[in-house]
Amino acid sequence: MPVPEGGDALVVLRGVDKHFGDLHVLQSIDLTIHRGEVVVVIGPSGSGKSTLCRAINRLETIDNGEILVDGRPLPAEGRELAALRADVGMVFQSFNLFAHKTVLGNVTLGQIKVRKKDRKAAEQRARALLDRVGVASQAEKYPAQLSGGQQQRVAIARALAMDPKVMLFDEPTSALDPEMINEVLEVMQQLARDGMTMVVVTHEMGFARSAANRVVFMADGRVVEETTPDEFFSNPRSDRAKDFLSKILHH
Amino acid sequence: MFDFLQGYDLLGAFWVTVQLTVYSAIGSLVWGTLLAAMRVSPVPLMRGFGTVYVNIVRNIPLTVIIVFTSLGLFQTLGVSMGADRFTTINFRLAVLGLTAYTSAFVCEAVRSGINTVPLGQVEAARAIGLSFPQVLRIIVLPQAFRSVVGPLANVLIALTKNTTVAAAIGVAEAALLMREMIENEAQLILISVIFAAGFICLTLPTGLFLGWVAKKVAVKR
Repeated sequence: MPVPEGGDALVVLRGVDKHFGDLHVLQSIDLTIHRGEVVVVIGPSGSGKSTLCRAINRLETIDNGEILVDGRPLPAEGRELAALRADVGMVFQSFNLFAHKTVLGNVTLGQIKVRKKDRKAAEQRARALLDRVGVASQAEKYPAQLSGGQQQRVAIARALAMDPKVMLFDEPTSALDPEMINEVLEVMQQLARDGMTMVVVTHEMGFARSAANRVVFMADGRVVEETTPDEFFSNPRSDRAKDFLSKILHH
Repeated sequence: MFDFLQGYDLLGAFWVTVQLTVYSAIGSLVWGTLLAAMRVSPVPLMRGFGTVYVNIVRNIPLTVIIVFTSLGLFQTLGVSMGADRFTTINFRLAVLGLTAYTSAFVCEAVRSGINTVPLGQVEAARAIGLSFPQVLRIIVLPQAFRSVVGPLANVLIALTKNTTVAAAIGVAEAALLMREMIENEAQLILISVIFAAGFICLTLPTGLFLGWVAKKVAVKR
């Protein structure tokens, strides 16, 4: 898929720095994500890709630089930060569905408490989204009664219910049993085709190839390569990328 | 054998014990939860207040607190808790003292419950745009309470027995009546047994019931 030409910048990172103690986990990161673009972030573990993803909705604070979402800098805290987070959907590695709420309750909560929709409209929307991700029949169950794949699809529906401008996926399939990975990836493929702006941190190279407009390869806290999936997988320029690809593709 | 009981309002005394327990339990549940919320809040001043309150109050003997409510608050500062009859004033002061004291323990129980809620729950709640108070009220506290029903039952049982300290400021609850009976009757062992049994009748079902509740509401992960 080609990178959308002339698309306007939705998420902009400029000179972003972050330390965990002595570890310089993000080193002057510059990255722009355009509206409607699907950016897949890959790289070895510890390369800072999850931290990058979490910094975009300020689940991680940053030390230096700036992050703009839809033209506005990330608010530091309080009401404005909450409002921004409502516009940025997040899907976690460990699903993080609210354990004491039903599936339906998980998907309606943000609509009712943050978007101030009435319960009926929220439930209608929730059921439509659950249907879209293929778990409509599980609406009345609690998260612990669902398989990992089902839980992650509910988590995607929960994020979509907020009508986010951009969706962040932090290794969404890493905690799943192998046979459940595809059902989640299919939902994500569908989202990508529908034009959702997505930042996906993943180890699923198949997904990167088929759904991404752009691959961002990170290593040691830096963006080492940033190119189309075809170019990256067939003709990586950096040694780090070549090394990484040889380790994951040839065995 | 039980003739000596005539002329004493045993049930009335235990009824006062129950009332002291119920009012103080409600009060300390509310105040203790607020304290716990303060102790996990992002505002340093609130955190500091919560920490100082808990560490001071739970280390003062309850008797000192109860006596202070009467001698300090009422007789010196004139706090009469909106009542004008002595018995009512003392009852309300005792509830105040018991609440102030028990809240410290409720706070620590609730806080330990908050610590059992995985960080991911909080992150997910923040990620859909809930504010800090909403995250606490809608996501964290409901899960925290479910995991601390057992510890809170312990606090409630301790509170029930602690109400006997209210006798120190003349509240006519079970322990005050026991003292009176011991002075007037020659049935020391029987009197002790009766009052011990009375308290067990109150606390044993409480413990069993809350143990059942704890299992029923536990959050499955």
